[in-house]
Amino acid sequence: MQGVGPAVCLGSDIDTDVIIAGRYLRTKDRSVWAEHAFEDLDPALAGRLRGAVIVAGRNMGCGSSREQAVVALREAGVVGVVAPSFARIFFRNAVNVGLPVIEAAVPCTDGARVAFDLDAGWVEVDGERYPARPLSEKMVAILRAGGLVPYWRSCR
Amino acid sequence: MSTLSERVLGAPAGAYVDREVDIAFAHDGTGVLALEALRAMGVERLPYPERLRLIFDHIVPANTGTTATLQAELRRYARSSGIGFSDAGGGICHQVMSEGVVRPGMVVVGADSHTCTLGAFGAFATGMGATDMAAVWASGATWFRVPETIAVNLAGRLSCAAEPKDLALAYVAKLGMEGATYRALEFVGDGAAGISMDGRLTLSNMAVETGAKAGIFYADAATVRYLADYGLAAASQTPEDCRYERTVEIDLADIVPLVAVPHRVDTVREAEEVAGTHLDQVFVGTCTNGRYEDLVRFARTVRGRKVAVRTLVVPASRAVLARAIATGVLADIVEAGCMVAPPGCGPCLGAHAGVLGEGEVCLSTANRNFRNRMGVGGEIYLSSVATAAASAIAGVIAVPKVA
Repeated sequence: MQGVGPAVCLGSDIDTDVIIAGRYLRTKDRSVWAEHAFEDLDPALAGRLRGAVIVAGRNMGCGSSREQAVVALREAGVVGVVAPSFARIFFRNAVNVGLPVIEAAVPCTDGARVAFDLDAGWVEVDGERYPARPLSEKMVAILRAGGLVPYWRSCR
Repeated sequence: MSTLSERVLGAPAGAYVDREVDIAFAHDGTGVLALEALRAMGVERLPYPERLRLIFDHIVPANTGTTATLQAELRRYARSSGIGFSDAGGGICHQVMSEGVVRPGMVVVGADSHTCTLGAFGAFATGMGATDMAAVWASGATWFRVPETIAVNLAGRLSCAAEPKDLALAYVAKLGMEGATYRALEFVGDGAAGISMDGRLTLSNMAVETGAKAGIFYADAATVRYLADYGLAAASQTPEDCRYERTVEIDLADIVPLVAVPHRVDTVREAEEVAGTHLDQVFVGTCTNGRYEDLVRFARTVRGRKVAVRTLVVPASRAVLARAIATGVLADIVEAGCMVAPPGCGPCLGAHAGVLGEGEVCLSTANRNFRNRMGVGGEIYLSSVATAAASAIAGVIAVPKVA
Protein backbone atom coordinates (compact mmCIF):
# COMPACT_ATOMS: atom_id res chain seq x y z
CA MET A 1 0.00 0.00 0.00
CA GLN A 2 1.56 3.24 -1.19
CA GLY A 3 0.73 6.92 -1.25
CA VAL A 4 2.25 10.26 -2.08
CA GLY A 5 1.29 13.89 -1.54
CA PRO A 6 2.35 17.25 -0.17
CA ALA A 7 2.89 17.39 3.59
CA VAL A 8 0.53 19.13 5.97
CA CYS A 9 2.47 19.47 9.24
CA LEU A 10 0.75 19.26 12.61
CA GLY A 11 2.04 19.33 16.19
CA SER A 12 1.92 16.71 18.95
CA ASP A 13 -1.10 15.56 20.97
CA ILE A 14 -3.63 16.52 18.27
CA ASP A 15 -6.88 15.39 19.92
CA THR A 16 -10.00 14.18 18.16
CA ASP A 17 -11.95 17.22 19.44
CA VAL A 18 -9.58 19.35 17.35
CA ILE A 19 -9.93 17.08 14.33
CA ILE A 20 -13.73 17.29 14.46
CA ALA A 21 -15.48 19.23 17.23
CA GLY A 22 -18.30 17.70 19.29
CA ARG A 23 -20.77 20.22 17.88
CA TYR A 24 -20.54 18.62 14.42
CA LEU A 25 -21.07 15.01 15.46
CA ARG A 26 -24.85 14.86 15.23
CA THR A 27 -25.20 14.03 11.58
CA LYS A 28 -24.48 11.17 9.23
CA ASP A 29 -23.45 13.60 6.48
CA ARG A 30 -19.75 12.88 6.07
CA SER A 31 -19.13 16.01 4.02
CA VAL A 32 -19.91 18.09 7.15
CA TRP A 33 -17.03 16.42 9.01
CA ALA A 34 -14.64 16.90 6.09
CA GLU A 35 -15.62 20.56 5.76
CA HIS A 36 -15.08 21.32 9.47
CA ALA A 37 -11.94 19.23 10.06
CA PHE A 38 -9.39 21.09 12.22
CA GLU A 39 -11.69 24.11 12.27
CA ASP A 40 -10.69 25.21 15.79
CA LEU A 41 -6.99 24.78 14.99
CA ASP A 42 -6.99 26.61 11.65
CA PRO A 43 -10.18 27.17 9.65
CA ALA A 44 -8.18 27.18 6.39
CA LEU A 45 -6.65 23.75 7.03
CA ALA A 46 -9.59 21.69 5.73
CA GLY A 47 -9.08 23.27 2.31
CA ARG A 48 -5.50 21.98 2.11
CA LEU A 49 -6.20 18.32 2.88
CA ARG A 50 -7.19 16.91 -0.52
CA GLY A 51 -4.36 14.73 -1.80
CA ALA A 52 -2.17 15.64 1.19
CA VAL A 53 -0.23 13.49 3.64
CA ILE A 54 -0.63 14.65 7.24
CA VAL A 55 2.64 14.54 9.17
CA ALA A 56 1.83 14.90 12.85
CA GLY A 57 3.82 14.83 16.07
CA ARG A 58 3.54 12.31 18.88
CA ASN A 59 0.24 10.91 20.20
CA MET A 60 -1.77 11.74 17.08
CA GLY A 61 -5.54 11.40 17.55
CA CYS A 62 -5.68 11.23 21.33
CA GLY A 63 -8.93 11.58 23.26
CA SER A 64 -12.38 10.50 22.22
CA SER A 65 -13.13 7.30 20.27
CA ARG A 66 -15.19 9.28 17.73
CA GLU A 67 -14.74 7.62 14.36
CA GLN A 68 -15.92 10.83 12.73
CA ALA A 69 -12.32 12.04 13.16
CA VAL A 70 -10.79 9.50 10.79
CA VAL A 71 -13.80 9.62 8.46
CA ALA A 72 -13.41 13.42 8.26
CA LEU A 73 -9.80 13.05 7.13
CA ARG A 74 -10.59 10.33 4.63
CA GLU A 75 -13.54 12.27 3.21
CA ALA A 76 -11.40 15.40 2.99
CA GLY A 77 -9.08 13.45 0.71
CA VAL A 78 -6.14 12.82 3.03
CA VAL A 79 -3.86 10.19 1.46
CA GLY A 80 -2.29 9.02 4.72
CA VAL A 81 -1.27 10.09 8.21
CA VAL A 82 2.34 9.80 9.39
CA ALA A 83 3.27 10.24 13.07
CA PRO A 84 5.89 8.85 15.46
CA SER A 85 3.06 7.56 17.68
CA PHE A 86 -0.72 7.39 17.58
CA ALA A 87 -3.46 7.08 20.18
CA ARG A 88 -4.55 3.48 19.83
CA ILE A 89 -8.27 3.96 19.12
CA PHE A 90 -7.55 6.56 16.41
CA PHE A 91 -5.00 4.19 14.86
CA ARG A 92 -7.43 1.28 14.80
CA ASN A 93 -10.29 3.47 13.56
CA ALA A 94 -8.12 4.75 10.70
CA VAL A 95 -7.34 1.21 9.56
CA ASN A 96 -11.02 0.29 9.88
CA VAL A 97 -12.10 3.07 7.51
CA GLY A 98 -9.27 2.43 5.07
CA LEU A 99 -7.12 5.47 5.91
CA PRO A 100 -3.41 4.54 5.86
CA VAL A 101 -1.62 5.35 9.12
CA ILE A 102 2.15 5.11 9.23
CA GLU A 103 4.14 5.03 12.44
CA ALA A 104 7.39 6.83 11.63
CA ALA A 105 9.41 9.74 12.95
CA VAL A 106 10.08 12.13 10.07
CA PRO A 107 10.88 15.84 9.74
CA CYS A 108 8.17 18.03 8.26
CA THR A 109 7.94 21.18 6.19
CA ASP A 110 4.54 22.18 4.81
CA GLY A 111 4.33 21.19 1.18
CA ALA A 112 7.32 18.80 1.22
CA ARG A 113 6.80 15.74 -0.97
CA VAL A 114 5.90 12.81 1.27
CA ALA A 115 5.71 9.27 -0.08
CA PHE A 116 5.09 6.07 1.85
CA ASP A 117 5.09 2.35 1.23
CA LEU A 118 3.43 0.42 4.04
CA ASP A 119 4.41 -3.00 2.68
CA ALA A 120 8.07 -2.10 2.32
CA GLY A 121 7.98 -0.10 5.58
CA TRP A 122 9.30 3.33 4.71
CA VAL A 123 8.38 7.01 4.43
CA GLU A 124 10.22 9.45 2.19
CA VAL A 125 10.28 13.21 2.77
CA ASP A 126 11.72 15.14 -0.19
CA GLY A 127 13.58 12.00 -1.25
CA GLU A 128 15.05 11.21 2.19
CA ARG A 129 13.95 7.76 3.38
CA TYR A 130 12.94 6.88 6.97
CA PRO A 131 11.88 3.50 8.42
CA ALA A 132 8.22 2.91 9.34
CA ARG A 133 6.97 0.45 11.93
CA PRO A 134 5.20 -2.50 10.27
CA LEU A 135 1.48 -3.08 10.86
CA SER A 136 0.12 -6.40 12.10
CA GLU A 137 -0.94 -8.91 9.46
CA LYS A 138 -4.61 -8.39 10.28
CA MET A 139 -4.33 -4.60 10.00
CA VAL A 140 -2.59 -4.88 6.63
CA ALA A 141 -5.35 -7.17 5.39
CA ILE A 142 -8.08 -4.77 6.59
CA LEU A 143 -6.35 -1.75 5.07
CA ARG A 144 -5.77 -3.56 1.80
CA ALA A 145 -9.44 -4.46 1.61
CA GLY A 146 -10.28 -0.76 1.99
CA GLY A 147 -11.45 -0.98 5.60
CA LEU A 148 -13.21 -3.30 8.02
CA VAL A 149 -16.59 -3.23 6.22
CA PRO A 150 -15.24 -4.45 2.84
CA TYR A 151 -12.85 -6.81 4.69
CA TRP A 152 -15.80 -8.32 6.53
CA ARG A 153 -17.81 -8.71 3.33
CA SER A 154 -14.86 -10.39 1.59
CA CYS A 155 -14.43 -12.87 4.47
CA ARG A 156 -18.05 -14.05 4.47
CA MET B 1 3.64 -15.27 35.83
CA SER B 2 1.18 -12.95 34.15
CA THR B 3 -0.32 -9.49 34.41
CA LEU B 4 -4.10 -9.33 34.73
CA SER B 5 -4.40 -8.31 31.06
CA GLU B 6 -2.40 -11.38 30.06
CA ARG B 7 -4.53 -13.61 32.29
CA VAL B 8 -7.86 -12.29 31.03
CA LEU B 9 -6.82 -12.21 27.36
CA GLY B 10 -5.03 -15.56 27.68
CA ALA B 11 -1.77 -14.67 25.93
CA PRO B 12 1.53 -12.90 26.69
CA ALA B 13 2.10 -9.17 26.08
CA GLY B 14 2.73 -8.41 22.42
CA ALA B 15 0.61 -11.30 21.11
CA TYR B 16 -2.39 -10.68 18.84
CA VAL B 17 -5.46 -12.63 19.89
CA ASP B 18 -9.04 -13.04 18.72
CA ARG B 19 -11.32 -13.03 21.75
CA GLU B 20 -15.01 -13.45 22.40
CA VAL B 21 -16.27 -10.49 24.41
CA ASP B 22 -18.54 -10.78 27.44
CA ILE B 23 -20.09 -7.31 27.17
CA ALA B 24 -20.05 -4.79 24.32
CA PHE B 25 -21.77 -1.43 24.50
CA ALA B 26 -22.20 1.71 22.42
CA HIS B 27 -23.97 5.02 23.05
CA ASP B 28 -26.19 7.37 21.06
CA GLY B 29 -23.13 8.96 19.43
CA THR B 30 -21.12 5.93 18.36
CA GLY B 31 -24.15 3.63 17.99
CA VAL B 32 -25.41 5.56 14.97
CA LEU B 33 -22.20 4.90 13.04
CA ALA B 34 -21.97 1.31 14.29
CA LEU B 35 -25.46 0.60 12.95
CA GLU B 36 -24.53 2.15 9.62
CA ALA B 37 -21.39 -0.01 9.40
CA LEU B 38 -23.35 -3.12 10.41
CA ARG B 39 -25.83 -2.53 7.59
CA ALA B 40 -22.99 -1.93 5.13
CA MET B 41 -21.52 -5.28 6.23
CA GLY B 42 -24.79 -6.88 5.21
CA VAL B 43 -25.43 -8.37 8.66
CA GLU B 44 -29.10 -8.98 9.33
CA ARG B 45 -29.21 -11.10 12.47
CA LEU B 46 -27.05 -10.58 15.55
CA PRO B 47 -25.68 -13.86 16.91
CA TYR B 48 -25.29 -12.70 20.53
CA PRO B 49 -27.67 -9.79 21.28
CA GLU B 50 -27.59 -10.67 25.00
CA ARG B 51 -23.95 -9.52 25.18
CA LEU B 52 -24.75 -6.13 23.65
CA ARG B 53 -26.03 -2.85 25.10
CA LEU B 54 -27.05 0.48 23.64
CA ILE B 55 -27.01 3.25 26.22
CA PHE B 56 -28.17 6.77 25.41
CA ASP B 57 -26.06 9.26 27.35
CA HIS B 58 -24.23 11.73 25.14
CA ILE B 59 -27.01 14.12 24.09
CA VAL B 60 -29.96 13.34 26.34
CA PRO B 61 -32.68 14.33 26.01
CA ALA B 62 -32.17 15.16 22.32
CA ASN B 63 -31.40 18.83 21.65
CA THR B 64 -32.38 19.18 17.99
CA GLY B 65 -34.62 17.50 15.44
CA THR B 66 -31.58 15.97 13.75
CA THR B 67 -30.35 14.42 17.00
CA ALA B 68 -33.83 13.16 17.86
CA THR B 69 -34.23 11.54 14.45
CA LEU B 70 -30.84 9.80 14.67
CA GLN B 71 -31.70 8.58 18.19
CA ALA B 72 -35.16 7.38 17.10
CA GLU B 73 -33.65 5.18 14.40
CA LEU B 74 -31.16 3.67 16.82
CA ARG B 75 -33.86 3.18 19.46
CA ARG B 76 -36.01 1.28 16.95
CA TYR B 77 -33.05 -0.90 16.05
CA ALA B 78 -32.26 -1.64 19.71
CA ARG B 79 -35.82 -2.79 20.29
CA SER B 80 -36.09 -4.94 17.16
CA SER B 81 -32.64 -6.55 17.45
CA GLY B 82 -32.83 -7.65 21.08
CA ILE B 83 -29.85 -5.50 22.15
CA GLY B 84 -30.17 -4.45 25.80
CA PHE B 85 -31.31 -0.83 25.78
CA SER B 86 -30.99 2.04 28.26
CA ASP B 87 -32.86 5.11 27.02
CA ALA B 88 -32.20 8.78 27.73
CA GLY B 89 -32.16 9.40 31.48
CA GLY B 90 -30.78 5.98 32.44
CA GLY B 91 -27.27 7.33 32.77
CA ILE B 92 -23.75 7.31 31.39
CA CYS B 93 -22.80 4.02 29.72
CA HIS B 94 -19.80 3.37 31.99
CA GLN B 95 -21.82 4.06 35.13
CA VAL B 96 -24.74 1.90 33.99
CA MET B 97 -22.28 -0.92 33.26
CA SER B 98 -20.79 -0.50 36.74
CA GLU B 99 -24.15 -1.05 38.42
CA GLY B 100 -24.18 -4.83 38.56
CA VAL B 101 -23.23 -5.74 34.99
CA VAL B 102 -19.43 -5.95 34.69
CA ARG B 103 -17.65 -8.54 36.84
CA PRO B 104 -14.02 -9.55 37.44
CA GLY B 105 -12.29 -11.37 34.60
CA MET B 106 -14.68 -10.23 31.87
CA VAL B 107 -13.60 -8.96 28.47
CA VAL B 108 -15.50 -5.72 27.93
CA VAL B 109 -15.45 -3.41 24.91
CA GLY B 110 -17.28 -0.13 24.53
CA ALA B 111 -17.55 2.31 21.66
CA ASP B 112 -16.31 5.09 23.91
CA SER B 113 -12.76 5.91 24.94
CA HIS B 114 -13.57 5.87 28.66
CA THR B 115 -14.55 2.20 28.63
CA CYS B 116 -11.33 1.68 30.61
CA THR B 117 -13.43 2.85 33.61
CA LEU B 118 -14.67 -0.73 34.05
CA GLY B 119 -11.17 -2.03 34.70
CA ALA B 120 -12.01 -1.05 38.30
CA PHE B 121 -13.68 -4.48 38.59
CA GLY B 122 -10.67 -6.52 37.48
CA ALA B 123 -12.12 -6.82 33.98
CA PHE B 124 -10.19 -6.14 30.79
CA ALA B 125 -12.18 -3.20 29.48
CA THR B 126 -11.18 -1.02 26.57
CA GLY B 127 -12.59 1.49 24.10
CA MET B 128 -12.97 1.09 20.36
CA GLY B 129 -14.50 2.87 17.40
CA ALA B 130 -17.89 2.38 15.80
CA THR B 131 -16.87 0.13 12.90
CA ASP B 132 -14.97 -2.16 15.29
CA MET B 133 -18.15 -2.25 17.40
CA ALA B 134 -20.21 -3.21 14.35
CA ALA B 135 -17.91 -6.20 13.82
CA VAL B 136 -18.42 -7.16 17.49
CA TRP B 137 -22.19 -6.93 17.03
CA ALA B 138 -21.84 -9.15 13.97
CA SER B 139 -19.57 -11.78 15.51
CA GLY B 140 -19.43 -11.44 19.31
CA ALA B 141 -15.64 -11.21 19.09
CA THR B 142 -12.78 -8.90 18.21
CA TRP B 143 -8.99 -8.88 17.99
CA PHE B 144 -6.65 -7.46 20.62
CA ARG B 145 -2.96 -6.86 20.95
CA VAL B 146 -2.19 -7.98 24.50
CA PRO B 147 -0.69 -4.87 26.11
CA GLU B 148 2.47 -4.50 28.13
CA THR B 149 1.66 -3.23 31.61
CA ILE B 150 2.83 -0.29 33.69
CA ALA B 151 2.21 -0.71 37.41
CA VAL B 152 0.99 2.23 39.46
CA ASN B 153 2.04 1.24 42.95
CA LEU B 154 -0.08 2.96 45.58
CA ALA B 155 1.19 3.17 49.15
CA GLY B 156 -0.59 4.40 52.26
CA ARG B 157 -3.82 6.39 52.49
CA LEU B 158 -5.18 9.62 51.05
CA SER B 159 -5.28 12.51 53.50
CA CYS B 160 -8.64 14.13 54.29
CA ALA B 161 -8.65 16.93 51.69
CA ALA B 162 -7.41 14.73 48.84
CA GLU B 163 -9.69 12.37 46.96
CA PRO B 164 -9.26 9.74 44.24
CA LYS B 165 -9.63 12.41 41.52
CA ASP B 166 -6.55 14.21 42.86
CA LEU B 167 -4.69 10.91 42.72
CA ALA B 168 -5.94 10.43 39.13
CA LEU B 169 -4.63 13.87 38.12
CA ALA B 170 -1.36 13.06 39.88
CA TYR B 171 -0.73 9.83 37.97
CA VAL B 172 -1.80 11.40 34.66
CA ALA B 173 0.68 14.24 35.27
CA LYS B 174 3.39 11.74 36.20
CA LEU B 175 2.88 9.57 33.12
CA GLY B 176 1.92 12.34 30.66
CA MET B 177 -0.68 12.29 27.89
CA GLU B 178 1.08 9.52 25.99
CA GLY B 179 3.09 7.95 28.77
CA ALA B 180 1.13 4.71 28.58
CA THR B 181 0.11 4.55 24.91
CA TYR B 182 -0.67 0.92 23.89
CA ARG B 183 -0.07 -0.17 27.53
CA ALA B 184 -2.34 -1.25 30.34
CA LEU B 185 -2.09 0.31 33.78
CA GLU B 186 -2.42 -1.89 36.87
CA PHE B 187 -3.17 -0.13 40.15
CA VAL B 188 -1.44 -2.22 42.81
CA GLY B 189 0.04 -1.90 46.27
CA ASP B 190 -1.40 -1.73 49.78
CA GLY B 191 -2.95 1.68 49.05
CA ALA B 192 -5.36 0.20 46.49
CA ALA B 193 -7.37 -1.66 49.13
CA GLY B 194 -8.30 1.58 50.89
CA ILE B 195 -9.89 3.12 47.81
CA SER B 196 -13.67 2.67 47.44
CA MET B 197 -15.23 1.22 44.28
CA ASP B 198 -16.47 4.68 43.28
CA GLY B 199 -12.91 5.94 43.72
CA ARG B 200 -11.46 3.05 41.72
CA LEU B 201 -13.87 3.82 38.88
CA THR B 202 -12.56 7.42 38.89
CA LEU B 203 -8.96 6.18 38.74
CA SER B 204 -9.55 3.59 36.01
CA ASN B 205 -11.57 6.17 34.06
CA MET B 206 -8.61 8.45 33.50
CA ALA B 207 -6.22 5.73 32.29
CA VAL B 208 -7.02 6.65 28.68
CA GLU B 209 -5.77 10.20 29.33
CA THR B 210 -2.28 8.67 29.47
CA GLY B 211 -2.93 6.79 26.23
CA ALA B 212 -3.51 3.52 28.12
CA LYS B 213 -5.69 0.77 26.74
CA ALA B 214 -6.91 -0.32 30.16
CA GLY B 215 -6.68 0.76 33.81
CA ILE B 216 -7.08 -2.23 36.06
CA PHE B 217 -7.60 -2.94 39.75
CA TYR B 218 -7.46 -6.52 41.04
CA ALA B 219 -10.82 -7.58 42.43
CA ASP B 220 -10.64 -7.76 46.23
CA ALA B 221 -12.96 -7.88 49.22
CA ALA B 222 -14.34 -4.40 48.38
CA THR B 223 -15.16 -5.51 44.81
CA VAL B 224 -16.86 -8.67 46.04
CA ARG B 225 -18.93 -6.70 48.58
CA TYR B 226 -19.93 -4.08 45.99
CA LEU B 227 -21.11 -6.71 43.51
CA ALA B 228 -22.92 -8.67 46.23
CA ASP B 229 -25.12 -5.59 46.72
CA TYR B 230 -26.27 -6.15 43.13
CA GLY B 231 -26.83 -9.85 43.79
CA LEU B 232 -23.72 -10.90 41.89
CA ALA B 233 -21.22 -13.47 43.13
CA ALA B 234 -17.57 -12.73 42.39
CA ALA B 235 -14.18 -13.91 43.59
CA SER B 236 -11.08 -11.90 44.45
CA GLN B 237 -8.11 -11.95 42.07
CA THR B 238 -4.60 -12.44 43.41
CA PRO B 239 -1.77 -10.55 41.73
CA GLU B 240 1.02 -12.80 40.45
CA ASP B 241 4.67 -11.94 40.60
CA CYS B 242 4.61 -10.66 37.02
CA ARG B 243 6.88 -8.54 34.86
CA TYR B 244 5.85 -4.92 34.53
CA GLU B 245 7.36 -2.69 31.87
CA ARG B 246 7.92 -0.19 34.67
CA THR B 247 6.48 0.84 38.00
CA VAL B 248 5.32 4.30 39.01
CA GLU B 249 5.42 4.79 42.78
CA ILE B 250 2.88 7.04 44.46
CA ASP B 251 2.62 7.67 48.19
CA LEU B 252 -1.01 8.58 48.78
CA ALA B 253 -0.06 10.73 51.78
CA ASP B 254 1.73 13.09 49.33
CA ILE B 255 -1.42 13.78 47.31
CA VAL B 256 -2.92 17.24 47.78
CA PRO B 257 -5.85 18.90 45.95
CA LEU B 258 -4.79 19.35 42.31
CA VAL B 259 -6.12 21.15 39.25
CA ALA B 260 -5.37 20.43 35.58
CA VAL B 261 -5.10 23.79 33.83
CA PRO B 262 -6.04 24.63 30.21
CA HIS B 263 -5.56 22.95 27.79
CA ARG B 264 -3.81 19.76 28.79
CA VAL B 265 -4.88 17.17 31.31
CA ASP B 266 -1.25 16.43 32.20
CA THR B 267 -0.52 20.08 33.06
CA VAL B 268 -1.37 19.86 36.73
CA ARG B 269 -0.90 22.45 39.50
CA GLU B 270 -1.63 22.36 43.19
CA ALA B 271 -5.07 23.93 43.74
CA GLU B 272 -3.29 26.40 46.04
CA GLU B 273 -1.30 27.78 43.07
CA VAL B 274 -4.39 28.58 40.97
CA ALA B 275 -6.66 29.63 43.86
CA GLY B 276 -8.53 32.83 43.05
CA THR B 277 -8.87 32.04 39.33
CA HIS B 278 -12.08 33.60 37.98
CA LEU B 279 -14.90 31.15 37.18
CA ASP B 280 -18.08 31.45 35.10
CA GLN B 281 -19.29 27.91 35.69
CA VAL B 282 -18.72 24.88 37.89
CA PHE B 283 -19.67 21.47 36.49
CA VAL B 284 -19.94 18.40 38.70
CA GLY B 285 -20.65 15.09 37.01
CA THR B 286 -19.44 12.80 34.15
CA CYS B 287 -18.10 9.26 34.05
CA THR B 288 -15.20 10.52 36.18
CA ASN B 289 -17.03 12.12 39.09
CA GLY B 290 -20.82 11.89 38.84
CA ARG B 291 -21.29 9.01 41.28
CA TYR B 292 -23.21 8.91 44.52
CA GLU B 293 -20.10 9.28 46.66
CA ASP B 294 -19.24 12.39 44.61
CA LEU B 295 -22.66 13.97 45.17
CA VAL B 296 -22.40 13.26 48.90
CA ARG B 297 -19.00 14.93 48.99
CA PHE B 298 -20.31 17.93 47.06
CA ALA B 299 -23.40 18.29 49.26
CA ARG B 300 -21.29 18.13 52.41
CA THR B 301 -19.63 21.43 51.44
CA VAL B 302 -22.59 23.30 49.91
CA ARG B 303 -25.24 22.24 52.44
CA GLY B 304 -26.89 25.28 54.00
CA ARG B 305 -24.86 27.70 51.86
CA LYS B 306 -25.30 29.34 48.44
CA VAL B 307 -23.08 28.86 45.40
CA ALA B 308 -21.56 32.08 44.08
CA VAL B 309 -21.24 30.97 40.47
CA ARG B 310 -23.45 29.13 37.94
CA THR B 311 -23.17 25.49 39.04
CA LEU B 312 -24.41 22.48 37.14
CA VAL B 313 -24.67 19.05 38.77
CA VAL B 314 -25.31 16.01 36.57
CA PRO B 315 -25.75 12.64 38.31
CA ALA B 316 -24.06 9.82 36.40
CA SER B 317 -27.12 7.58 36.38
CA ARG B 318 -30.75 7.30 37.37
CA ALA B 319 -29.71 5.04 40.26
CA VAL B 320 -27.32 7.73 41.51
CA LEU B 321 -30.03 10.39 41.15
CA ALA B 322 -32.65 8.24 42.91
CA ARG B 323 -30.30 7.54 45.81
CA ALA B 324 -29.39 11.21 46.11
CA ILE B 325 -33.10 12.05 46.26
CA ALA B 326 -33.82 9.36 48.84
CA THR B 327 -31.06 10.47 51.17
CA GLY B 328 -31.71 14.21 50.87
CA VAL B 329 -28.36 14.88 49.21
CA LEU B 330 -30.06 16.23 46.10
CA ALA B 331 -32.20 18.65 48.12
CA ASP B 332 -29.05 20.07 49.71
CA ILE B 333 -27.57 20.60 46.26
CA VAL B 334 -30.69 22.24 44.81
CA GLU B 335 -31.20 24.46 47.86
CA ALA B 336 -27.62 25.65 47.54
CA GLY B 337 -28.61 27.15 44.17
CA CYS B 338 -27.24 24.52 41.80
CA MET B 339 -28.92 23.39 38.59
CA VAL B 340 -29.47 19.67 38.31
CA ALA B 341 -29.60 18.16 34.81
CA PRO B 342 -30.81 14.69 33.76
CA PRO B 343 -28.33 11.80 34.10
CA GLY B 344 -25.90 11.66 31.19
CA CYS B 345 -22.64 13.15 29.95
CA GLY B 346 -23.93 16.72 30.29
CA PRO B 347 -21.79 19.47 28.73
CA CYS B 348 -18.52 17.48 29.03
CA LEU B 349 -18.12 17.19 25.26
CA GLY B 350 -19.58 20.57 24.43
CA ALA B 351 -22.58 19.31 22.51
CA HIS B 352 -25.43 20.70 24.62
CA ALA B 353 -26.75 21.81 28.02
CA GLY B 354 -24.05 23.89 29.65
CA VAL B 355 -21.62 24.74 26.87
CA LEU B 356 -19.26 27.64 27.45
CA GLY B 357 -19.24 31.00 25.70
CA GLU B 358 -16.19 32.74 24.26
CA GLY B 359 -13.75 33.51 27.07
CA GLU B 360 -15.78 31.74 29.76
CA VAL B 361 -13.98 29.66 32.37
CA CYS B 362 -15.30 26.40 33.82
CA LEU B 363 -14.06 24.27 36.68
CA SER B 364 -15.16 20.75 35.85
CA THR B 365 -14.88 17.35 37.50
CA ALA B 366 -14.57 15.71 34.06
CA ASN B 367 -11.50 14.11 32.52
CA ARG B 368 -10.66 16.30 29.50
CA ASN B 369 -9.83 19.96 29.12
CA PHE B 370 -8.91 20.06 25.43
CA ARG B 371 -9.10 23.48 23.81
CA ASN B 372 -12.69 24.40 22.83
CA ARG B 373 -14.07 21.04 24.05
CA MET B 374 -16.93 22.59 26.04
CA GLY B 375 -17.45 25.46 23.61
CA VAL B 376 -15.33 27.60 21.30
CA GLY B 377 -13.13 29.98 23.28
CA GLY B 378 -14.02 28.42 26.64
CA GLU B 379 -11.37 27.40 29.16
CA ILE B 380 -11.59 24.25 31.28
CA TYR B 381 -9.89 23.51 34.59
CA LEU B 382 -10.27 19.97 35.97
CA SER B 383 -10.49 19.15 39.65
CA SER B 384 -11.88 16.90 42.34
CA VAL B 385 -15.42 17.24 43.64
CA ALA B 386 -14.24 18.77 46.92
CA THR B 387 -12.30 21.45 45.03
CA ALA B 388 -15.31 22.05 42.76
CA ALA B 389 -17.56 22.44 45.82
CA ALA B 390 -15.25 24.86 47.61
CA SER B 391 -14.88 26.81 44.36
CA ALA B 392 -18.64 26.91 43.71
CA ILE B 393 -19.14 28.53 47.11
CA ALA B 394 -16.20 30.93 46.68
CA GLY B 395 -17.02 31.83 43.05
CA VAL B 396 -13.34 31.43 42.17
CA ILE B 397 -11.02 28.41 42.33
CA ALA B 398 -10.58 27.59 46.01
CA VAL B 399 -8.75 24.96 48.02
CA PRO B 400 -11.04 22.53 49.86
CA LYS B 401 -10.76 22.53 53.63
CA VAL B 402 -9.67 19.42 55.46
CA ALA B 403 -12.86 17.69 56.60
